[in-house]
Amino acid sequence: MSSESLVNRGTAFHAEWLEGIRVNKSAVERRTSTIGTRRSVKKDSQIAYMLKAISCIDLTTLAGDDTPGRVKRLAQKAASPVRHDIMEALGVGDMRITTGAVCVYHEMVPEAVAGLKGSGVPVAAVSTGFPAGLAPMETRLEEIRRSVEAGAGEIDIVVTRAHVLTGNWQALYDEVKAFKEACGPALMKTILATGEHGNLTQVGKASMVAMMAGSDFIKTSTGMEGVNATLPVSLVMIRQIRDFYERTGQKVGYKPAGGIKTAKDAVTYLTLIKEELGRDWLEPELFRFGASSLLGDLERQLEYHATGGYSASYRHPMG
Amino acid sequence: MNVKEKFESMDYAPALESRSAADSWLAENEKSFGMFIGGEWVKPEGAKTFATYAPSTGEKLADITAARQEDVDAAVLAARTAQGKWAALGGHGRARYMYALARLVQKHSRVLAVLESLDNGKPIRESRDIDVPLVARHFYHHAGWAQLMDEEFPEYEAVGVAGQVIPWNFPFLMLAWKVAPALAAGNTVVLKPAEFTSLTALKFAELCEEAGLPKGVVNIVTGEGDVGAMIVDADVDKVAFTGSTDVGKIIRRAIAGTGKKLTLELGGKSPFIVFEDADIDGAVEGVVDAIWFNQGQVCCAGSRLLVQEGIADRFFAKLKTRMGNLRVGNSLDKCIDMGAVVDSVQKDRIEALIKKGEEEGAEVYQAPCVMPTEGVFFPPTLVTGVGTDNTLYREEVFGPVLTAVTFRTQSEAVGLANNSRYGLAATVWSESISRALEVAPVLKSGIVWINGTNMMDAAVGFGGYRESGFGREGGREGMLAYMKHRFEKNLKEWKPIAKPETVAKPKAGSGLSGIDQTAKMYIGGKQARPDGGDSVAVATSKGAYAGLVSAGNYKDIRNAVEAATKASGWAGKTSHLRAQILFYIAENLSSRATEFEERLVSLTGVTQKAAEKEVELSIQRLFTAAAYADKHEGRVHEPPMRGVALAMNEAVGTLGIVCPDESPLLAFVTLMAFAMATGNTSVIIPSERYPLLATDFYQILETSDVPAGVVNIVTGPRDAMAAPLAKHFGIDGIWYFGSREGCADVEALAADNMKRTWLNYGKAYDWTNTDHMNPKALMERGTEVKNIWVPYGDANEGGKSY
Repeated sequence: MSSESLVNRGTAFHAEWLEGIRVNKSAVERRTSTIGTRRSVKKDSQIAYMLKAISCIDLTTLAGDDTPGRVKRLAQKAASPVRHDIMEALGVGDMRITTGAVCVYHEMVPEAVAGLKGSGVPVAAVSTGFPAGLAPMETRLEEIRRSVEAGAGEIDIVVTRAHVLTGNWQALYDEVKAFKEACGPALMKTILATGEHGNLTQVGKASMVAMMAGSDFIKTSTGMEGVNATLPVSLVMIRQIRDFYERTGQKVGYKPAGGIKTAKDAVTYLTLIKEELGRDWLEPELFRFGASSLLGDLERQLEYHATGGYSASYRHPMG
Repeated sequence: MNVKEKFESMDYAPALESRSAADSWLAENEKSFGMFIGGEWVKPEGAKTFATYAPSTGEKLADITAARQEDVDAAVLAARTAQGKWAALGGHGRARYMYALARLVQKHSRVLAVLESLDNGKPIRESRDIDVPLVARHFYHHAGWAQLMDEEFPEYEAVGVAGQVIPWNFPFLMLAWKVAPALAAGNTVVLKPAEFTSLTALKFAELCEEAGLPKGVVNIVTGEGDVGAMIVDADVDKVAFTGSTDVGKIIRRAIAGTGKKLTLELGGKSPFIVFEDADIDGAVEGVVDAIWFNQGQVCCAGSRLLVQEGIADRFFAKLKTRMGNLRVGNSLDKCIDMGAVVDSVQKDRIEALIKKGEEEGAEVYQAPCVMPTEGVFFPPTLVTGVGTDNTLYREEVFGPVLTAVTFRTQSEAVGLANNSRYGLAATVWSESISRALEVAPVLKSGIVWINGTNMMDAAVGFGGYRESGFGREGGREGMLAYMKHRFEKNLKEWKPIAKPETVAKPKAGSGLSGIDQTAKMYIGGKQARPDGGDSVAVATSKGAYAGLVSAGNYKDIRNAVEAATKASGWAGKTSHLRAQILFYIAENLSSRATEFEERLVSLTGVTQKAAEKEVELSIQRLFTAAAYADKHEGRVHEPPMRGVALAMNEAVGTLGIVCPDESPLLAFVTLMAFAMATGNTSVIIPSERYPLLATDFYQILETSDVPAGVVNIVTGPRDAMAAPLAKHFGIDGIWYFGSREGCADVEALAADNMKRTWLNYGKAYDWTNTDHMNPKALMERGTEVKNIWVPYGDANEGGKSY
């Protein structure tokens, strides 16, 4: 899978593509409530799914008290997320697993880039006035450019929620398209902040608009909204990804962020992606978890599989 | 495949549920089961046995006893013996046992689910998450009904002994649907599980022991169809059957005229309608739940897909993609969507129907699923390119086979949906509430699901229209199916009123007493001459000549049914209008009371006082019907989901009404009025002895704004005309009052299209008695309950409530 083919060239704004989008909440919930019971992933498959989940994590720190030291430690964790002896015990000692990326604020990009040098793990920067996205347009665009210059290979942008809530889809399209141009060669993940949308139909339409405007990933949340990633919202968004792919042949990635804390949750998400989008999407090029504490639970569960005893968090290197 | 390879492939692997508890239960019983009769486990000497298999693997699970006639008799006797005490235990006493059963089902949920999936082949996900929890829910809910018997059903009592024959598709759930309401109402039961799937019923018998249920209250006999027939024929008061329409008709005919109460849950070819304004992806997933749930072996499966033409290509493409992701496998695998078909017999049947459909031009697409190499499996199948005459479009397959056609408009969708002899369930997908709630009431089916499918709950009645059977299971109406009115046991024998052999002819030269009156028939709002051109004389009570009435025949019946069918818009009129017209009829009868009193005295020989009373009661009954016309409202159920189920009382349709001779005016008026009040149109054969009361009455109808065809009156030889009426496929329900033999004939003939029947079984109602003619019960006679499931929700509230 070459990364070039994964750059979303976007399309013109098609208002008519939005007209057919209708999402029935009860139907969505019925599907998501049985995804984990229709597909039970156990034993070796479970280990494989958990390792896959780690490889798709955007290991994230987005706090006002972030420091270079904290980011450096996180970068090391991203490059080597699971204790080597556990990997050996699971029979995968020769696999080089890293997280999908490290995700930080602009100010921390240089430290993260330095910390990840040679690891192959990209740095993602949240941008455009994250998390509310209400800074002046010029500064939002400039923020993207500066982060890209500083070495961020991925930019997580936020959209103006007002455009979604008022149904001003053209304005949303124009905004995201402008951000995409500013990203240049960097991968752009568009945060829709779905927890602030009025209903799932809005989530679906916003997803489609974001993809028309060239988003390489669509992402649920900043992690700061009252409700972050949920399975129902995810189902709505990935079904739009599927429709966009059917219409254009372009594969767009998906990133649920916030609220995914357990290995079990992660496996359920991967299952949902596989069922609705197919195996191709189970790669970091097309799927990421935005999470900070998920890795810890995955490590513990892997140790359980390696040793047969339930683990404790202090046994795993702190990120 | 090691972890590294799995990491590359991300393939699933089978994840088998442990069967150890089920295996040890089978081992404890030495893989050989007797029957549960009178609280004892019996293995009669000399009784044959048959094997039950796991369809996923072909493995033999156990030997099951084939009941003989004497075993069925013993079970029925045990039930009969236990019934009085069980009923006398009272609602609370029964509720305690039923609560214990509900708890025991939960306590043993794992082994029950595993046994069910092993024996039937259904995915463990379904038996664990759907079947067994619904069983527990059913017993809880009915423990509640038992508790409330005195408050909710004071005028009712248990029917007696219920004979119950259940199918193999939901073995344990169907047992619960049968046993729970029967027990709650105070009946005892003899139940036969299907021969393919006896195990959970036998395990349930153990739970009855564990609950300390009195001996004989629940009896489980096992065997094939012949044992079912023995139960139907046995000394039972009620027969409840779930299964094929063909067998349902055989049962209906077998017990015709016996007075045994009957509920039938039969086949279906339920439409699944997707409008262009639907959530398309949601509807695609709905199809999965509709037809690939339980391998499509579901009587209410949405097996006829109707898609609006503008979205059809996209819909079918998405559906085929979805089919490619379905996994078929061992029933205990927690990683599958579809398990095994119950038996190779069923698979052969499915294959034969597919072959026939293909020969008739169907295009058959089968999901590219990896199919297990052993066991009995059939892939998810989509059939397109069919005409509406194709076997796969018309006939129930009872397998994972979906047949799809397209439609242009909403009215065409409704037309196609209703173009079926079945009427069990229907599904409507549309994001427009206006559209969905307009379509749901006009679909001919007992259940309508909006934006969802195969939803079931103990509080919400389940059952069909047309040849999908009658009676409801679940909810209040399901309880009524296991009860009878207390007055029924005291009814006297019905005796015919003799018609004089000859009527004295008017003497020549006696002159005209007035202008000659011609009593014609009343069809389609017009006075009609009989097809045959004959008349018969009517006698006064003293045998004198009272006049002539038309001698109708089957052709007049045909014409009247046609007129009644044309008037079916009556059901769609407002209940306010129906009430107004009924009041108006009463007013017009009142103004002509004297004339009717004279007629009653002259024809029947009653006293003037009795005649006055009959006319007065007739007026009162019209008032009561008018009063209830706009008050027999439905219910709003609150099943455990975010949504409601609207239980709507709908007209049965076109009724054939065969009136008795006794209380000739009052009976005629009562039956006509309540048929009208509930929105039915009717073809009425009045009393053969006193037809002039009905023919006098049509002048009242003509002056009371009754729309043409709503009431049609055909006079003549009553029982001779009852036969074509009972056989007529355009008649949806038949009410007949007469001899036991007449009832048997009508009921047997009514089986052809599963008419809803109300018969007196040779007993005499007292038409003046307001218990016998309880107005609420009369309204129930004229209606069927349709449950419309409306899940709702739109806000992205993230789990927070308002």
